[in-house]
Amino acid sequence: MIRLDGVVKRFGARTVLDGVSFAVPEGRTLALLGRSGTGKSVILKHIVGLLRADAGTVTVDGHDVAALDDDGLAALRREIGYVFQFAALFDSMTCEENLRLALARRGLDEAEIAERIAAALATVGLPDVGPRYPAELSGGMRKRVGIARAVVIRPRYILWDEPTTGLDPVTTATMDLLMQRVRAELGVTAVVVTHDLRSAFAVADEIAFLHEGRIRAHASVTAFQASEDPIVRQFLEGRPE
Amino acid sequence: MTARALADTGAWRDQLLPQMQRLGVASVPIALFIAVFTGIVLALLASYIFTGTVPLYFVGALVGKTIMMELGPVLTGMALAGRVGANVAAELGTMKVTEQVDALETLGWNPRAYLVVPRVLAATVMFPVVTAFAMAIGVVAGWITAVNLLDLSTPEFTKGLRMFYQFKDIWFGLVKAASFGAAVALIGCLKGLATSGGAAGVGTNTTRAVVLGCEAILVLDAFWALVLL
Repeated sequence: MIRLDGVVKRFGARTVLDGVSFAVPEGRTLALLGRSGTGKSVILKHIVGLLRADAGTVTVDGHDVAALDDDGLAALRREIGYVFQFAALFDSMTCEENLRLALARRGLDEAEIAERIAAALATVGLPDVGPRYPAELSGGMRKRVGIARAVVIRPRYILWDEPTTGLDPVTTATMDLLMQRVRAELGVTAVVVTHDLRSAFAVADEIAFLHEGRIRAHASVTAFQASEDPIVRQFLEGRPE
Repeated sequence: MTARALADTGAWRDQLLPQMQRLGVASVPIALFIAVFTGIVLALLASYIFTGTVPLYFVGALVGKTIMMELGPVLTGMALAGRVGANVAAELGTMKVTEQVDALETLGWNPRAYLVVPRVLAATVMFPVVTAFAMAIGVVAGWITAVNLLDLSTPEFTKGLRMFYQFKDIWFGLVKAASFGAAVALIGCLKGLATSGGAAGVGTNTTRAVVLGCEAILVLDAFWALVLL
């Protein structure tokens, strides 16, 4: 389970998160919605320990992430796949080397590493891109390789940072199917940060809506869609201020 | 934190040789280019200063001492501060702003061990190697200039070269070069990893890395002169 309790994060004078609390039970997918710059990606970085909260706690599997030492944090990260908004592939490495780096230091033999890499690339529908460099791929393909790098470790948790941003509608639908397939195959607990309502409704069990540093609404997909909160409605209907 | 990164040999061991090649071997041409012209100018300058006052074989002494102890390490260091410092800062800065450093961390790698340690070690080892080549080529260039343009014979030049030579002349220059390498690479790495703000941030921090690297070389140069001379 992923749990945030009263998380506060400031960057200089600006308070980005102002007491954020929510929980994602085992096996569930939470979509985190909100306008640009509201701190959605910041929440993901707290969960994986890239950022430390100024107040409040983030717990994963019952472990307070901020209290973990380097070894504890490394152990936790072995359970978490992180899909970055722009893939964040290592551009000096081939796609296969990117995936290999994720599997290094896990005590796997060469045969299993090769098998896992082939399976992960097949899962994202790109079985032949292993020898290619990220710069040789389209944006959508890079995102899918980024997903392969996250799932190749067979994680228990996946954090998706804007997985469909900048993609055309067809590729977006493919990405939604991919997220559902990853969930079905690995049974992961997931947090999806997105602006894409259609995508969020397709892949999530619950929606949390972040507004002015706080969770303004947290409900099932159908309850969220029926919300009468004016801020939520404005977001759902895409109305300007 | 740094000691922990150094102890994580599995993270940097495989990258050390490629980094030595990239930061060191690939820097040899620019270092030799500078050394050749430094040797030529020093020989001509010494001749200009000594003519009519000091025996001309002192040209060999001045060229040898100056190149081995000062100009070889410092000019090579300055050139490499530009080439290596900018290279490291821009590469790591780009990795930082494109979240590749974050990705590395989420995959369970310590960025200091994976990115910083191999570059700093490679530069610390390779700056003296490149400087040694530069010293040799600089002296040879001074000798060729003296023989061909100053009517100085080879025995006269080597007489001057050997007259005040001490083994310390060489190791003093190489110790300085090693410290310059460590400083330039470390500054490049730290500036790169501290980058924010996209392409503009990469440009700003790369410039800062080069400037700070050059300043560090001058400070270290004075430090070693105070400590070892």
